[in-house]
Amino acid sequence: MNKNVGIVIVSHSADVARGTAMMVEQMVGREVPLGWCGGDPDGGLGTNVEAIMAAIDKAWSDKGVAILVDLGGAETNSEMAIEMLPEARRGRVVVCNAPVVEGAVMAATEAASGATLEAVRRTAEELTPV
Amino acid sequence: MMIDRDMRKRLIVAVANRVIAGAEELTDLDRAIGDGDHGTNMRRGFEAVLAAADELSDKSLGESLKGVGTTLVMKVGGASGPLYGTLFMSLGKSLADDVSQEQVADAFADAIEAVKARGKSNVGHKTMLDVLHPVLGTLRGDGDSLAARLKVTAKRAAEDTIPMKAIRGRASFLGERSVGHMDPGARSSELIVDAVADVMEGCA
Repeated sequence: MNKNVGIVIVSHSADVARGTAMMVEQMVGREVPLGWCGGDPDGGLGTNVEAIMAAIDKAWSDKGVAILVDLGGAETNSEMAIEMLPEARRGRVVVCNAPVVEGAVMAATEAASGATLEAVRRTAEELTPV
Repeated sequence: MMIDRDMRKRLIVAVANRVIAGAEELTDLDRAIGDGDHGTNMRRGFEAVLAAADELSDKSLGESLKGVGTTLVMKVGGASGPLYGTLFMSLGKSLADDVSQEQVADAFADAIEAVKARGKSNVGHKTMLDVLHPVLGTLRGDGDSLAARLKVTAKRAAEDTIPMKAIRGRASFLGERSVGHMDPGARSSELIVDAVADVMEGCA
């Protein structure tokens, strides 16, 4: 079992998702389980529930998983993906209301310290202007 | 009213074909106030539904509606996937093969609530809800030729989104500039209702 909260990055663009994941790895290191996905089922711009579920699985930690999303459809599809998870996992995945790149780096930094899912989410959401 | 396998198949095929035929128009509407992918996304989703029409219609009405919903969730690739997926999955929860108009209306009301929760949206926000909600009103009403009334309601409701200002979704970034364009989600909902009404009239 991984001791840190996992981070999932969901963008409409596979390039943005991959690029954000690379920034997280470089700035935070590899001790945070990381999953990412971008693009619709045909490889165009968009998001895709199946890919999000796979990314959650890849980043799975019993401490939970925090998802960072870019625009509307990414959020809606991420919430849908969470609902389609096995019941035991459903309550341990959250979507953070934060900018995707900055949020992912901040959330991962917090996660790397062994913080709880709620603390990881709060740190990412501090970036959101009120 | 009994919705047997033949009826289920006709409904699925009619709805899928109508959305696929309207894909270009939906994309044009979405290009004006959204990100221009609504038609492409809906076509991808409903092509998958059409391809599975036979096995979907083999199931009970409830299960086939859930199957349509799941297919849309998995294949659409935009926010409309979970939104329409939630609509159909919710409808599938309570409907038996032999249904009354009242039962359909009740299931539709629940489905509208589920879509509101999924999209964190409400009536008047220039979305698909602005068609679904008036359609529920017509389903609750009495009188002859329900199908014809459903068509009129859906068409008028979609047109009524033209002067609205978007509050949810990509179009909301445009604020006032979203005024003057029909909402693409309202139009796709109209197409679906219209296709169902066609089948009810026996002309699809």
